[in-house]
Amino acid sequence: MDRVFSDKKAIFIFMLPGILFFLAIIAAPVIMSAYYSTQNWDGIGKSAFTGLENFKKLFVHNVDGFPLSVRNSFIFLAVSVFIQLPISLFFALLLARGVKWEGFFRGAYFVPVIISTVVIGQLWMKIYHPEYGLLNVVLNNIGLGGLTQKWLGDSKTALFASFVPILWQYVGYHMLLMYAAIKSVSPDIYEAAKIDGSGELSTAFRITLPLITPMLKVSVTFSAVGSLKVFDLIYVLTNGGPAGTTEVPSTLMVKTIFMSNQYGYGSAMAVFIIAECLLFTALINKLFGKVQVN
Amino acid sequence: MKSIKSQKTPLDYVAKSVIYLILGLWTIASLFPIYWLVCFSLKDNSEIFGGNVAGLPNHFLWKNYAAAFMNGKVGTYLLNSTFVTGMTIILTTIVATMSAYALIRMKWKFQKVSMSIMLLGMMIPIHSALLPIFLMLRTVGVIKNTVWSLIIPYTAFAIPMAIMIITGFLDTIPRELEEAACIDGCSIYRTFLTVILPLLRPAVATVAIFTFLQAWNELMFAVVFISEDSAKTLTVGIQSMSGQYQTSWGPIGAALVVATLPTLLIYLLLNKQVQKSLVAGAVKG
Repeated sequence: MDRVFSDKKAIFIFMLPGILFFLAIIAAPVIMSAYYSTQNWDGIGKSAFTGLENFKKLFVHNVDGFPLSVRNSFIFLAVSVFIQLPISLFFALLLARGVKWEGFFRGAYFVPVIISTVVIGQLWMKIYHPEYGLLNVVLNNIGLGGLTQKWLGDSKTALFASFVPILWQYVGYHMLLMYAAIKSVSPDIYEAAKIDGSGELSTAFRITLPLITPMLKVSVTFSAVGSLKVFDLIYVLTNGGPAGTTEVPSTLMVKTIFMSNQYGYGSAMAVFIIAECLLFTALINKLFGKVQVN
Repeated sequence: MKSIKSQKTPLDYVAKSVIYLILGLWTIASLFPIYWLVCFSLKDNSEIFGGNVAGLPNHFLWKNYAAAFMNGKVGTYLLNSTFVTGMTIILTTIVATMSAYALIRMKWKFQKVSMSIMLLGMMIPIHSALLPIFLMLRTVGVIKNTVWSLIIPYTAFAIPMAIMIITGFLDTIPRELEEAACIDGCSIYRTFLTVILPLLRPAVATVAIFTFLQAWNELMFAVVFISEDSAKTLTVGIQSMSGQYQTSWGPIGAALVVATLPTLLIYLLLNKQVQKSLVAGAVKG
């Protein structure tokens, strides 16, 4: 029987397609990007080796606003982790403690998650429209006309205005993850806590939260890495404008490569994004490792 | 356990109402934009800009939908998106189940290492492949500007997560069935096809839903790789339509509704399965 399960030819056949896809479309491009990032290349002519020059250009004497785009993605990361996730957690706790129409609320909160980001982006552009948008019209109608803004057109409000739809969209996603984790905690533990006279709040903080730490780690990782590589909604809503104030690394990378034909320099941005994502994943793992030990 | 439940005080009722108020408000926040979208997809500009911004349309203007399909080619985009997503799901499922089987059930050197490397792929952002694949397409021009230039990278980037989900599920299936099949003289290929594959159905459903959401919504590759109208998917098609119809909201709204309806319907039909699948994907991530 062992012979059947260690049949080399069968293993080769089973693994081949997966390995081919992996090598050609995931591994090779990472290596290619790393190589291009050391070149000065416009995509057509000859490329020249420039070492780490491109990486230096990202931060030293930078002219295209890459540091600002990184800063924006970090702000976004902070907003996601410290505002979006607590909102999700709040709803997860509320729904998991048992309310009427629990399933309905869960289903409703999840609807934005399944809608394409392009649709969400287009929709919010209309909501933010300076003259006819829902937001300004509502503000005018309730007598707060003074608060109306060119939400996406004004460099003062554009960044936060473009974060709102992304936050709004994924609250339901993280809520669902946390909800599932909370529901998988054995009810006996809650009964015991109740008998010991633990109030609801202290139960939530002292019992539920520690028990769902693994899922919180997943949520934090997803939302942190997602913020660092965010592209879709920014591209649809502002495409980095006005005047580069909402630029994030991914949108700038696409522009650098495909509009100004700086293939080498753009690849340095790509490598930076990959490194950032891996680094943050490792960091969050470590951080939560410590929490769990304590 | 009823005895430990304390008596309800007026404060409890206040707390309860506050809870339902908050839950209700977030429900409105989640659903209202979609209601609003459907409404303005059925209005004309004079109605939208003439004061009736948020209400139901006075007349249902179905010709917005006709305009979206005729001039905007939403029909073509819809077909392309369906094909791209369908093919991505099929290819991902085939490739990932095969790999997962070899990785979990068969015995060979480098098995563990291969598994770790494959799973590492999950952490690689799709961005890293944008320029390299663009250049590959430029040299091997056959699939350039066709839906295949999307299907292949979507599949590749969906495989690691799919392998993770399927291996996790395979671990819970007892080996006895395969061993029995093996003793009965079944070849490894037949065991895989007739014994294992049918058992994997729940895992495959999870993979399918995950892959669906990713492929259906992907924008970056679609925007960069596809310039031909005939190969555009919904995301990039709507993006270019919005440039064309900047001032007439109705047809754009109609296109947005058309792009949303399939996912929304699937969600309504498979609500429980969708939610379960997304959690399953995250638990082991």
